[in-house]
Parts: sequence; structure tokens; C-alpha cells
Amino acid sequence: MTSDISRPDPDQLLAHVQADEKAAKRGKLKIFLGYAAGVGKTYAMLEAAHQRREEGLDVVIGYIETHKRIETEELVSGLEIIPRKRIEYHGVELTEMDVDTILARHPRLVLVDELAHFNAPGSRHPKRYQDVEELLTAGIDVYTTLNIQHLESLNDVVAQITGTLVRETIPDSVIDSATEIELVDLPPDELLNRLREGKVYIPEQAARAIEEFFRKGNLTALREMAMRRAAERVDDQMRAYMQTRAIPGPWHATERLLVCISPNTLGERLVRSTRRLADELNAEWFAVYVETPEHERLSQAGRDHVAHTLRLAEELGARSKILPLSQTAPGVAGTLLQYARKHNVTKIIAGKPLRPVWQEWLRGSIVEQLIRRSGNIDLHVISSTDAGKLPAEEAVWQPHRPYLRYVWSILLVAAATFLSALLGREISPTNLVMVYLLVVVISAVYLGRGPAILASILGVLSFDFFIVPPQLTFSVSDAEYLLTFSGLLVVGWVISYLTARAREQADAAERREADTAALYALSRDLAAADGMDAVLKVLQTQIEQAFGREVVVYLADGGKLQPNALAADVQPGETEIAVAQWAFKNGETAGRGTNTLPGAEFRFMPLKTARRTVGVLGVKPKESESILSPDQRRLLEAFASQSAQAIERVQLAEQARQIELLKAAEKLQNALLNSISHDLRTPLVSITGALSALEDETTLEASARHSLVETAREEADRLNRLVGNLLDMTRLESGALQVKHEPCDVQDLIGAALGQMEDRFLERQIRVDVSNDIPLVSMDFVLIVQVLINLLDNALKYSLDNSPLDIHAGLHYGEIQVAVMDRGIGIPPEDLPRVFDKFYRVQRPEQVTGTGLGLAISKGIIEAHGGRIWASEREGGGAIITFALPLEVSV
Amino acid sequence: MSESSLRILVVDDERAIRRFLKVSLGNQYEVLEAVNGEGTLRAVAAEHPDLVILDLGLPDMDGVEVTRRLREWTTIPIIVVSVREREDDKIAALDAGADDYLTKPFSVGELLARIRVAVRRSTRPDNEPVFQIGDLTVDLARRLVTVRGEPVTLTPTEYDILRTLVQHAGKVLTHRQLLRAVWGTAYETETHILRVNVSNLRRKIEPDLARPTYIVTEPGVGYRLRISDNTRGAVWKERSGSP
Repeated sequence: MTSDISRPDPDQLLAHVQADEKAAKRGKLKIFLGYAAGVGKTYAMLEAAHQRREEGLDVVIGYIETHKRIETEELVSGLEIIPRKRIEYHGVELTEMDVDTILARHPRLVLVDELAHFNAPGSRHPKRYQDVEELLTAGIDVYTTLNIQHLESLNDVVAQITGTLVRETIPDSVIDSATEIELVDLPPDELLNRLREGKVYIPEQAARAIEEFFRKGNLTALREMAMRRAAERVDDQMRAYMQTRAIPGPWHATERLLVCISPNTLGERLVRSTRRLADELNAEWFAVYVETPEHERLSQAGRDHVAHTLRLAEELGARSKILPLSQTAPGVAGTLLQYARKHNVTKIIAGKPLRPVWQEWLRGSIVEQLIRRSGNIDLHVISSTDAGKLPAEEAVWQPHRPYLRYVWSILLVAAATFLSALLGREISPTNLVMVYLLVVVISAVYLGRGPAILASILGVLSFDFFIVPPQLTFSVSDAEYLLTFSGLLVVGWVISYLTARAREQADAAERREADTAALYALSRDLAAADGMDAVLKVLQTQIEQAFGREVVVYLADGGKLQPNALAADVQPGETEIAVAQWAFKNGETAGRGTNTLPGAEFRFMPLKTARRTVGVLGVKPKESESILSPDQRRLLEAFASQSAQAIERVQLAEQARQIELLKAAEKLQNALLNSISHDLRTPLVSITGALSALEDETTLEASARHSLVETAREEADRLNRLVGNLLDMTRLESGALQVKHEPCDVQDLIGAALGQMEDRFLERQIRVDVSNDIPLVSMDFVLIVQVLINLLDNALKYSLDNSPLDIHAGLHYGEIQVAVMDRGIGIPPEDLPRVFDKFYRVQRPEQVTGTGLGLAISKGIIEAHGGRIWASEREGGGAIITFALPLEVSV
Repeated sequence: MSESSLRILVVDDERAIRRFLKVSLGNQYEVLEAVNGEGTLRAVAAEHPDLVILDLGLPDMDGVEVTRRLREWTTIPIIVVSVREREDDKIAALDAGADDYLTKPFSVGELLARIRVAVRRSTRPDNEPVFQIGDLTVDLARRLVTVRGEPVTLTPTEYDILRTLVQHAGKVLTHRQLLRAVWGTAYETETHILRVNVSNLRRKIEPDLARPTYIVTEPGVGYRLRISDNTRGAVWKERSGSP
């Protein structure tokens, strides 16, 4: 057991290593923690900074408040100060720390006073600790100062002790992530002395409040909190150290806490208490909200409150989670317990129920259910000092349906009464109750719960007044009717409650259904979209439909965001791009409606996949006032995640395609090598064979010798042609081929080509037909002669020795066409488009030799001239290869 | 002058090629050898050969440069033999003063024919008044051109082109050389004027326009007036036909 405990938990070790790695790249944060203004935090920080500077570190001041204290100012004077940024707000000029300049200057260590400060509106981040976070992320060390009352989790305690609510708070996670905390301490008596001597800076307008604050009792309490907090830190560090070194010690079994969030003001208190408990137990904690159908009935304020509480929990270091009502474990309690068991939660923290007892009795209390079913999980129930108002309940009781519905229900009751009065003579009143019941049901189904309840009450009253004898009085002759009244009332209420509840559930389902449908539509369209453009188009239309927002997408390439907005009708400005960059770099949502650069027009969400961030999605409301509800935000995030995957898929497909292409190129190269090695070796075989036979002269007759020599000569020629072709092809493909345009005579062209091939035409009849109207044509004479030679060579090879060849040249619609026609074996129709491919040969005549490059080269040359070349069948047998060159060359 | 007494300087840095040329030419000519540019210049000055067969890719200096240096003081016929088949290289060698250009590989028959033409031209008296090839006769003294005995009327330009070709019969004249000789240096890049005039000239003297027999186009380089040679191999092709 002992050995079991002392073994470091691999997960925790890994977490440590990862934290260390992350911390290595991040800058280190040192907090000078004090319990009140005037204890000398800034002074201590400056002194430490001077020490660092003497050690040779690059130290600058990012922001400092000396409050004109002489000792402090003296210390400042020795250090480089980054000038503050001026921000104009409502005509007042405010100054804030200039994060960008510091990032650009990139010192080793920067001093930032007053960590809990809230920045002026229009700054990059609303709060200074967010600025500091960015500096740390950039790898800059930060020294900063903080007073204990600004810590979020202590906020309410401080308020209770001092009676002053501190508005500027920082999340506990900031102080948790600090590498070092230095407690700057001064006994309260001395602090009060300093205060009396005027050595503590007090803003004039708040002088009275601050005097209230600086009472010995307060100070002692605050001092204790600061010390305890610092001691906790030391304890934590010690524990972490012992754990990594496997030092046996009194380990806490890892506790996991779960706090249940409910839509009332108790939530915040619950969260803070849980945080403190988690701190004490060194436990991980979750904040969970179960979304019941009632959630849909909450007022906007109620929903915002839930979102706020969850955010607060996250700021305090919790993992927050919204759970839909579980299908397998019924009820809120069931859902909570299921989640808790899955995550090995050891303690559940819940608030004391605030509902009246009779409601608990009717509906059953969640806490009670939790207690009954929690098994081995502890349950802590937190009470509330002030029974906070219940915005949610309020919302339910308020007639948030239009009054018209109540009017309708009154009219319905009136109609029922009228009908009953008509029928009253024939039918006994007890049966007429049915008519009223019908009205209640109709009201419940179509008008909602309130009108239904109204209908049941009015129904009972009018039944009593108009129908039950004695009529037109509320007095009842027969006591039996009292039962009828209460029956009518109870049945009316129950029906109205059930119907309304069913309706609300249906509404909630409908909303979720709509969300699901939107997501489904998106993923279906994304799946069908092929290519980046299509994906972006889908994204644009779907987001416009679902949120009524304009969309821009920035894609990342090689770890950098491309500056061009895609899928956008307009290009956002520089500042918007900067926000997008920030969101990309930090992997967090930024811009409108967030904590980072909220002044932006767009809200930018990083498009993250499991492996990387592929880009940034920006949305901008079409109407400037429109704000995303938390539900919409969640849906939008789901959209972003879907699109990120789609974009990555497209990018991967593109990569795969590139690899395919490379493979194809490789295959072609192999074909080339095979063909070349075959074509180069074959002539060499003949030549070597012939020469070696000739060496032995004595046995050979003269005619045999002659034949050998001729073979060797022919093969050498062939080899030379092949090398020439390969060189031409290489030039063509490497782009080294330069077309030198000059006006040329087509007649001359044909003459030159025939002249060069003269010795191969001895047996052939060649008919040349050049029309007289051909002007000089701009072309590269040498290259086109080469083309013509290739075509003639081809025609010779694929036709019989005694068959005639024809060359036609003429004008056709602004281009000159030259055709070489043979009476040979022709080209199979299916091969017509392929004859210009490299290494393609019509396979039939065995004796035909060649590289399969001649026509490919010709095509390359003609296309370099802006012309075209094609093959066709000749009437009566044979093939025609024609090339056309434009008469007007635009060079 | 007996051909066997002619001395030919073979310049090539490849031993195999020198050996092949020495064997092929050895029974008709006396063959001298040089392996580089400096050696060539020295050998020409010291040995006074009758013709130089020059490779362009020499180890110490380019063959075109060798040609230029030789032309500074001698009119010795130079036949350039090279693997470089680009027209620019041919033009450069010819403009530098080479008499002919042969692309490797070549047949011995072809080389012998070129040697014969070059030697004949260099030993021919300049004032030979009448030139005849096939049915074409050019009487330079009387400025008279006849085809099958019929006089042909030529424009002065056409006549000048024909005269220049005749004076260098068998030799490739580059476009630049022809333009300079006929129109003067100011026109030496106006190739299209030359083309039009050659085309017109051919219409007047050639029996078959599609296959000119007298004025042969050297694609991208220039023109050559073909002089008759007894062997069929005397069809002076630069390349032995493509594919």
C-alpha cells in the first residue's frame, strides 16, 4: 500500500512535464503580493528588477505607478521605460501599457504594475492580466504587483470583511500559473503609521472609502489572507516537487469536486465556495449545468446568468460543462450523478433549495434525490445568506405571453357559460362541468399555462354563479357542488400544467432539432463540397442562413495566416486582420463579444482540428446591434469545428492529389528511362555486333561485309536521331526552347525540309501544293522545318515505300495550315488524340523504329508558336497530320 | 595540283576522333594533328597546311576564337566540325570566318565532299568568269544569267545575291554575310528582305520551287549555292534528317 502510494502517478508526471515544457517557452510570471496599498510592492519589484539588471538581464518598465513617491521614482529612473499608449475615451485621454511596442521590443523581463487593473475601453484586452498573459505567451518574463483583495475567489470574503466590494478582480488561475510569488509584508501598525504620514497614495475622491478600508481589523484579516495564500502556494510547490521526485509523504487522494449550477444567484456563491474547497483539497473541480426543458423557459437574463456563472467557474479554474438531460439516467439528479461517476467525482457541491416547501413536496427536490442516490459520493450543501431573487422563477410567473391570450381564455369561458346556460334546462349542471373542462384543455393547448389556469378559476366561478342553483349568486344549495368545484379546479390545473409542460418540452426539442438540422445541413453540404471554394461557399451560405451573419475566412499556410479574406464580399480592414491574427496565434476566439479586442466588427474563431489550426472564421452581424446568445455561440462553435475539419479534409485531399501527380510524373519518368535505355541499346547492339564481325575479315564475303557496314551505319544514324530528339524534348520541357519569330516563306520552309531529307525520298513521289496567296508568316524557321521533317519522317515510316506523299499548304480563316498526307496504314480512330503523347507509337508494323518522340516534339514546338496540330484519317486510307499557325502573332 | 600532296590539320581533343579522321583521310591527304587552340595556331604558322578541320570544344580556347585568330592573317579553308547543332553556334563560326560547318556525327563521304569543295574554291582563280551548274549559267563578266540557255531578267538586288552566292559557291553564307555583301552593313539584320528576294530569285531560276536545286536554304543559318558533285553523298546536309 505504501509503495503504491509513493509511486508517482504517470498522468500527473506527464502533466508536470507538459507544464514544464509549456513553461519553458512561456515567460515566467512573478507576482509581488501584498495585502493592501502602501506595503511597498512596487518598491520591492523595482529593487528586484535592478538586481536582475545588474545580473545582465534586459529589463524594461512596461507600466509603473510611482504615485510620486520619491524613493520609488529614484528606482524607476535607472530603467528603460516603454512609453504608454494614449487612448482617447469620451474626450478624456487615458494612458495604458503599450503591449505591441513591448512585444516588438521583446525584452527579457518587463515590469507591469497593478495586475488587476482594468484597461480603458478600446484597448486590446479589457483587463491588464490578459495583456500580461500575452506577454508571457510571447516568452517575456513579467514582474507584477497585486493586492490580495483583487483575487476573484476571495472577492466575496473581502467584501464581507471590509464592506467594500472590489470591482477589479483577476481569476485565480493567473496567480496559480505564476512561477513565483513574493509576499511583500508590512505589519498593519506600520502601514497605518505610513498612512498617517501621508506616505500612502490615496486618490482624493475615494479618500473616505479608503479610510474606512484602512482599519486595523480589516488589515489584519487581509494580511492573514495574503499570507495564507502565499503559504498555500509554497505548499503546492513542495507537493509538486515531492511528487516528481517520488518522495513519500502524506498524499491527498486526488479529490474531484463537482458543483451543480442552477439558474439563481446562489450559483456564484456556490462556485466561489467550491473553488476554496478545491484549493484546500488540492482537487480538480467541475462546474456542471444540466439543461432541462425549463432552461428554454428562462428569461434571457436567467440564461445569461447561467452562462456568467459557468464562465466565472472557468475563470476560477474549473472545467465547466453543460449537460443535456440524460436519456438513461432520468432527471437532473440522475444526469448529474451519471456524469460524476464517469469522472470519478468524490464530492458534489449543491445549493440549498430555494423553492417553497410545497413545491419541493410537489416536484421533489433535486438535492434530496442527490442525497438518496449519490452512493459513495459525498454531498456538500451550501446555504444562501440572502435568499436571492430568482430571475428564472420570476420569468415563469410573469405573463410573458401577450395579454390577448388571457382575453381569449376569458372569452372562451364566457362562451362556455353561454352554452351551458342554453343547455342548462335539459342537462344537469354536474355534466355541464365537462364544457368548462373542455375550455380549460383548449386554453392549455393553444394559449399556454397562465390562460388555462385563469380559465379554470373563471370556469369554477361562472359555473357557480350562472349555472349552479341558486343562480346568479355564489352561494351553493347543494354541498355536493363543492366537490364538483374542487374537481374542476384541480383537473384544470393539472391539465394546464401537463399540457404546458409537454408544449415547452416540444419547444425545447424543436429548438435543439433546429440546431441539429442546421449542423446536419452544414455537414451534409460540406461533405458534398469538393474543393476549397465550394467548402467556403457552403460555410458562407449556411452561416448566413443560421445566424444572419456575414462570413470571412482566413486560411493558414505554413503556420502563418494568409492576409486575403476568403468567402468574403468585402475585405475587412487592417485592424480586423490583426484581430484575426491574434485569434489564430492564440487559438482563442477574439473580437466582437469576447474579452479580447472587443471593439472589432467581426468575431473571429480559430478553425481548429485535432492536429492544427487551419485558419480563422470571422462573423459579423448584418445588423450592428445583434448579439449572439450563448446557445447560438455554442452552435457557431460547432459550425467552426465542422468547417475546420472540412477545410483540413480539402487540404489533405489536395496534398494527396499532389502526391498522385508526383507519382504519375515518376511513372512517366520510368517509362522514359525504360524506353531510352531500350532505344539506346538496340542500335549499339547492332553496331557492336557488326564491328566485331568485321574484325574477322577473312571469313566474310565482300557483300556480307558491305551489308554489315550498312547496318552499322543505319543504326548509328538512328542513335544520333534519338539523341537529337531527346535533346529537343529536354529543351522543350525545361522551357529552354526560345521561339525566334521572323517572317518566313512557306515555300522556302517546305523546300528546306525536303532538302534535308533528300536521300530518304529517292523512291518516293512527293506532291507539294502550296497556294499562291500565302504571305510571309511569322515563325521560327528552324523549328518549323524541324516539325515538317518530323511529320515527313513519320509519314515515311508508316507507309509503303512506293506510295506517294502529299504536302498541302493553304490559308484557312486567319491561319496557315500545312498538312502532310500519306497512304499508309493510318491511325486507329481511338488513337488519333494520343499520337502526340510522348512515347506513343502505333504498334502495328514491327519493323518501324523510332522513339515515339517526334510528334510530341512537333506538338510542343507548334504550341510554343500559339498554333495547333492534329491528326486525322485520310479518305481512301492513310493519315493526315496538319499543323496550323496564326498569321498574326501577338508578340 | 595533286590532291595527295594536300596537307590537312585535324584539330580535336578526342583521340578517337583524331584517329578515325587520320585513318579515313590518310590515304588521300597528309594528316597533321593538333589537340588544342594554341597548338593549332602554332601548327598553322609553322607547317602551312592546306586546310583545317577544327573542333569547337577545345580545352584551352573556343574553336570560334581560334577561327577568328587565324582569319587575322590567313585565308586557309577552315571546316568546323562540332557536336553543337544550334544555329547560333553555326552562325558564330561562319561569321568568324569558317568556310563550312559540319555537325557531328557525320559520314566520311560527307566530310570528303566538303573538303573537295573547300579546296576547289580556295584554289580557283577569282576571275573565273562563267559559272555553271545544271541548267543554270552565270556569266559574271557580262552580268548574264541563263536557264536552259534562256536569259533570265533579274533585278539588280537579285543579281547581287546570285553573284555573291556564285563567288562563294558551295560555301554556306550566313544571312548576315549576304545582307552585308548586297545591302551593306546597315541592313545586316533585315533578314526578311533577304528572304523575299531569295524567294523571287528562286521563282526565276529554280525548276521546282518546292525542292530548290541551286539555292539551298540552310535553316536558321543562311543559303548556299550548290555546286555539282559526282557522288550522291554530296547532298550537303547538316543533319542526316531528323526522327
